[in-house]
Amino acid sequence: MSATTDYKRRQISGRGIPLPGNDIDTDRIIPARFLKEVTFETMGEHAFEDAKKQNPEHPFNSPAYRGASVLVVGQNFGCGSSREHAPQALMRWGIAAIVGGSFGEIFFGNCVMLGIPCLRASQEDLEWLQREISRSPQSPVAVDVEKQEVRFGNRTIKATIPDGPRNQLVGGMWDSTAVLLEAGVAIETTAKKLPYIAGF
Amino acid sequence: MARTLLDKVWDAHTVRTLPSGQTQLLIGLHLIHEVTTPQAFQMLRDSKLKVRMPERTFGTLDHIIPTTDQARPYADPLAEEMAVHMIRNMKDFSLPLFDMATGKQGIVHVIGPELGLSQPGMTIACGDSHTSTHGAVGAIAFGIGTTQVRDVLATQCLAMARPKLRQVRVDGALARGVYAKDVILAIINQLGVKGGVGYAYEYAGPVIDRMTMEERLTVCNMSIEGGARFGYVNPDTTTIDYLRGRQYAPAGAAFDKAAAWWKSIATESGASFDDVARLDGAAIEPMVTWGINPGMSVGVSQQIPAPESAPEADRSTFREALAHMSFQAGQPIKGAKIDVAFVGSCTNGRLSDLRVAAEVAKKGKVAKGVRALIVPGSQQVAKAAEAEGLPEIFQAAGFEWRKAGCSMCLGMNPDQLVGREMSASSSNRNFIGRQGSPTGRTLLMSPAMVAAAAITGAVADVREILK
Repeated sequence: MSATTDYKRRQISGRGIPLPGNDIDTDRIIPARFLKEVTFETMGEHAFEDAKKQNPEHPFNSPAYRGASVLVVGQNFGCGSSREHAPQALMRWGIAAIVGGSFGEIFFGNCVMLGIPCLRASQEDLEWLQREISRSPQSPVAVDVEKQEVRFGNRTIKATIPDGPRNQLVGGMWDSTAVLLEAGVAIETTAKKLPYIAGF
Repeated sequence: MARTLLDKVWDAHTVRTLPSGQTQLLIGLHLIHEVTTPQAFQMLRDSKLKVRMPERTFGTLDHIIPTTDQARPYADPLAEEMAVHMIRNMKDFSLPLFDMATGKQGIVHVIGPELGLSQPGMTIACGDSHTSTHGAVGAIAFGIGTTQVRDVLATQCLAMARPKLRQVRVDGALARGVYAKDVILAIINQLGVKGGVGYAYEYAGPVIDRMTMEERLTVCNMSIEGGARFGYVNPDTTTIDYLRGRQYAPAGAAFDKAAAWWKSIATESGASFDDVARLDGAAIEPMVTWGINPGMSVGVSQQIPAPESAPEADRSTFREALAHMSFQAGQPIKGAKIDVAFVGSCTNGRLSDLRVAAEVAKKGKVAKGVRALIVPGSQQVAKAAEAEGLPEIFQAAGFEWRKAGCSMCLGMNPDQLVGREMSASSSNRNFIGRQGSPTGRTLLMSPAMVAAAAITGAVADVREILK
């Protein structure tokens, strides 16, 4: 990343890709056999690999959605395995923000660590957004993390993200190591108060 | 005000409130394995960071380990490369590794409790979603991603939000042939695979109280399958008796002091929860999943439900599941033919699981055309099973006795389904492609039910076999 990289994720705008269906797990996003790598570099090539082979109609196969950066999903997206390879695969494919009904919690946390906001919208709004994107895949979807809304065409829908991750993303504090290190000796002070560390 | 275990453990590990509003939470025990850590160590090197508290991280090799020939280099060059990186990273950062030579290697969620590393009142993190397992000893234990592994290595902390707390009470008593696996499958069936999102689960009630530690580990293991990032059981005499004498547990006078502290962190009577769910243990049957997530299950005497019985929003997933499994709505699950039987995994790869599977294996022979694998969860589990003569029982019945590892739970080693094979599995996930074949099919059940299916060649009711 260059020195001018802006870590603040206030707004993300780009073309959309709809992926209907609930409970899409991280094994589906990236099957385990592709995890035998010591880097994340190749993950983007394997996003939804098996699902794409089994279903020619899979949105990740469609030329219409090539270059999309806003993924619109259903409920409990990213459930299951903690593999960060899943958001890494989506990110390296080009996804920069996700809008859905709900998210697997480990997946959600992994996305925050990569600077990918995941916002929650109502089932009705999601269905509308997926339908509209499939009708005009070239139109931009604007994800406003700060205002917690998503704009498409001339309509705006409500899309929420809890305060903690929103503050991290909007403030550019999602790359958390530096923030955690700022606590300094308070880390050791907390540790020494725990009987299993201090000694029983 | 009466406090919960979650309140007490969370507060004791809070370093500070972060500018984002989240908690900077100290991690008391960090467990690592070869699949989700090489990138984290590289990030440390790139940022010139050290491991903050090297005495609080322990590693093992489990996911990619072959369960037949374990001679190095492994036949799979990708697996070999991951092993090489893990061994080098542990050496470079001076971290202990339970490799084959130690005799203590095994699935990370089997060896943590087994070695007494996982203790009540700890916060435990690992780059693996089934870290929820360790909640069985009364710890707050959860899975994290690789970038978070970097944070724990570099800072011994994570940025976290405290979840809401749901008490899940299982009342009554279990019938013969009904096991911990059936209890957690019934819980997930009732509360849903997304029912636990935003919650931690406190498992309680007479059924949980009477469970052994190994049974509690099975229950907590699958908390994440119900959407809850972690679940726990309050420490009690079962917990204390389990930990006494284990390698990393306190010894002598320190053990008694530890036991007193462990008891003190349990949820106090009168504490309030954000939600309470109840199940009648007596009503739970041996459970079998029929679909593509762990919530899609029925009792073994029941029929596969119709999509119309599900809420509108879930019907497309129901139809997708029926199509993938080649099942018809209304078809009884009992009698569904299987090709593979797998007993093992962090859910059900412990000694008690192997004992019960062996008890069933004594009643018959593996059916013609069925491939049946018994994979112990750790080298120590294997050793204990060998001392009891379990491998001979399994082999006499036609089961293969393998070496310890994650194996066919996720098929990162050579143990994989082939094509559309149907597997009866004691593991935790029936996701499409989970067991190594993109078109493979998985039926989750207890180890006893897997053994019953193996000798029947189809889903069977273990209660009839054990009569």
